[in-house]
Amino acid sequence: MFTVRIQSAPFDAACEAAALSDGRQDVGALVTFTGLCRADDAAPEAGGRLVALTLEHYPGMAEEEIARHVEEARRRWPLMGATVIHRHGRIVPGEPIVLVVTASAHRGAAFAAAEFLMDWLKTSAPFWKQEEREAATGWVDAKAADDDAAGRWDPLP
Amino acid sequence: MKIRYFAWVRERVGVEAEEIELPAGVATLADLAAFLARRGENYAHAFENPRVVRAAIDRVHARPEAPIAGAREIAFFPPMTGG
Repeated sequence: MFTVRIQSAPFDAACEAAALSDGRQDVGALVTFTGLCRADDAAPEAGGRLVALTLEHYPGMAEEEIARHVEEARRRWPLMGATVIHRHGRIVPGEPIVLVVTASAHRGAAFAAAEFLMDWLKTSAPFWKQEEREAATGWVDAKAADDDAAGRWDPLP
Repeated sequence: MKIRYFAWVRERVGVEAEEIELPAGVATLADLAAFLARRGENYAHAFENPRVVRAAIDRVHARPEAPIAGAREIAFFPPMTGG
């Protein structure tokens, strides 16, 4: 089962992971990654404490772009299932933002595919974070480190 | 052709989406960005550094030199910060 969902509601990572192995005996490795909204205390001149993130997305393209990377992950590794959920809207520290679950017979493929999907989610899924801080609101800048992480995956022939 | 804007590109332009008649000579995404940048101060601000603004043609990422003939929907936006 391969699923991509974009939603504003929170998700239950344990339920989503269990759904990939329920009723089957061939899954030997299930990797679950959850990305959370993290409280960070910027200096007062940088806006101060993070109150919330608001994620804007490109409806339609967000699902399609993530699905394209799920398809590529399936060409690279023998996956038995994958679930990607990305939230949009206002999210406060401690809440989940993104979920990647990968299922395979062995851990190598499941770990690698989960990391591959997260690296591409960061740099190519059309989402934009706006930070709401105590004293300021602003768009988050893209990080060169994220581009580097995505760039380490060699293109498929 | 439908043009959509997201995040700070949308805020600077001032609209989420609009229909635009393409003038002759606008053949690529880079041509379209340059054409839009001449439409007013808000557009000039949004496209002041065209190398930073990314684009998609019919909901697929595309490079500035990509041809736009036949496209239904073009979007301009900042580098992505999801995940």
